[in-house]
Amino acid sequence: MNISLFYFVAFLSIFFSLLVIFSKNPVHSVLYLIVTFFTFTVHYILLNAQFLAIVNFIVYMGAIMVLFLFVLMLLNLNKESEPAKSPLLKIAGVVAGMCLLVTVAGSVKTLHTSNPIVLQSPTLGLVKNLGKVLFSDFLLPFEVSSILLLSAMVGAVLLAKREPNDA
Amino acid sequence: MEAAFVIEKFILITVIFTVSLLVAMYSTYAERKVASFLQDRVGPNRAGPFGILQPLADGIKMFTKEEIIPTHANKFLFIAGPSLAILTACIGTAVIPWGSNIEIAGRTIPLQVADVNVGVLYIFGVVSLGVYGIMIGGWASNNKYSLMGAIRAASQNISYEIAMGLSIIALLMSTGSLSLKVIAEQQSGFWAHGWFTWNAFQQPLGFLIFLICAFAETNRSPFDLPECETELVGGYHTEYSSMKLGFYLFAEYINMFVSSAVMATLYFGAYNFPFMHHLGLSANMISILGVVFMMLKIFFFIFFFMWVRWTIPRFRYDQLMNLGWKVLIPLSIANIVLTGIWITVKDIYFK
Repeated sequence: MNISLFYFVAFLSIFFSLLVIFSKNPVHSVLYLIVTFFTFTVHYILLNAQFLAIVNFIVYMGAIMVLFLFVLMLLNLNKESEPAKSPLLKIAGVVAGMCLLVTVAGSVKTLHTSNPIVLQSPTLGLVKNLGKVLFSDFLLPFEVSSILLLSAMVGAVLLAKREPNDA
Repeated sequence: MEAAFVIEKFILITVIFTVSLLVAMYSTYAERKVASFLQDRVGPNRAGPFGILQPLADGIKMFTKEEIIPTHANKFLFIAGPSLAILTACIGTAVIPWGSNIEIAGRTIPLQVADVNVGVLYIFGVVSLGVYGIMIGGWASNNKYSLMGAIRAASQNISYEIAMGLSIIALLMSTGSLSLKVIAEQQSGFWAHGWFTWNAFQQPLGFLIFLICAFAETNRSPFDLPECETELVGGYHTEYSSMKLGFYLFAEYINMFVSSAVMATLYFGAYNFPFMHHLGLSANMISILGVVFMMLKIFFFIFFFMWVRWTIPRFRYDQLMNLGWKVLIPLSIANIVLTGIWITVKDIYFK
């Protein structure tokens, strides 16, 4: 039951992520990406990581994709207004993609397979345990990553703000 | 055992679904009556005594109107928009505790569909998903006014979600739990340890911020810029007709019901009422009275939504953004800091 559910959801994830790439309309791509993120949420729930599931739901589906959709709707992209890319750019894209594929395949090969269904400690993903681990064992990485986010935010604001004599 | 569980949940879900639809239906009637009361008019009084059948007449009208799909609209997304809007409005009711446990023939039945241990975050997720119905519908209409309405809705929701989340964080610091059931139980009674138990009295600033954000998230006046008729014809539902338009209007009222329920649960003591443990009632009686009080609190908040709508004029768009980003977010961060200081002081000096 559980394993067939896992394979079904995994199939849906891959199916929708392929649709993201192959659909012509950018707004449709974003909508498929939202469905893909939803299947990821289901994966997290199957792994009993409730907090991660709901955070993925809120942050990716609820916030980031709304922004994506917002920008796409504002730009109103469609087939006519899309500039044709030069062949050089296409070749460069293919080469870069292949390099990424080789890197990912190589790193995946070194990993050992784990059983996706049987968890080592089923309560690991619950909010209480996750919070305890984050604020005791991994306090420094946690704080460093928050500073990283803050610096990214400051950078974005700085880029968006014009010079006073420039306006 | 398993079958009894399924039947019990099925009945509970059916009742909650029916009640939320019924409340939403009569909210349309109540809105007109409140509006007419505030403007010194009579209001709807033709269909049935006091116009009590008005929502039914409206429903029949909506269903029998001609259904129009614009020629260049994306047909699938055009229909998916209102469906999504009403779906996201309805699923929020799943984690709200409507009352404490009821005991029937030795079985304890909780009056809550699912006690998820991340209940508050679930509500937050559903709220953040609510904007998709509007955005998809507005974009698929292929109309510039619809698109403007959809974009306004999206930016407004994103802006006010942040302040809402931050005000919830301050609440969670004092309750120490993400489960709505636990939060409801903590507010039992009305007065304990020399202070009110309801969270609105422990987090007054947080409650105010949450209330304002709830108005913005449900697109209610003074934050109803996505459907501002003086600038955008009809906003995101300009192109909609028949029951698809009805779904959008209905989703707004269901959203109002759910956010009133969430506010009552988080800040106004959920199903608890004053002197509940001093009247010598049985546990079942307390639960039933608790459901009644929960409903009364929800109706009060729905009335409050309407009261504000017919009292306060609409914001200008830049004022709305300034309020969200420059007032509410700094205030809610200050609230978190204050709550942290208060918890520390209480731990050190009042133990």
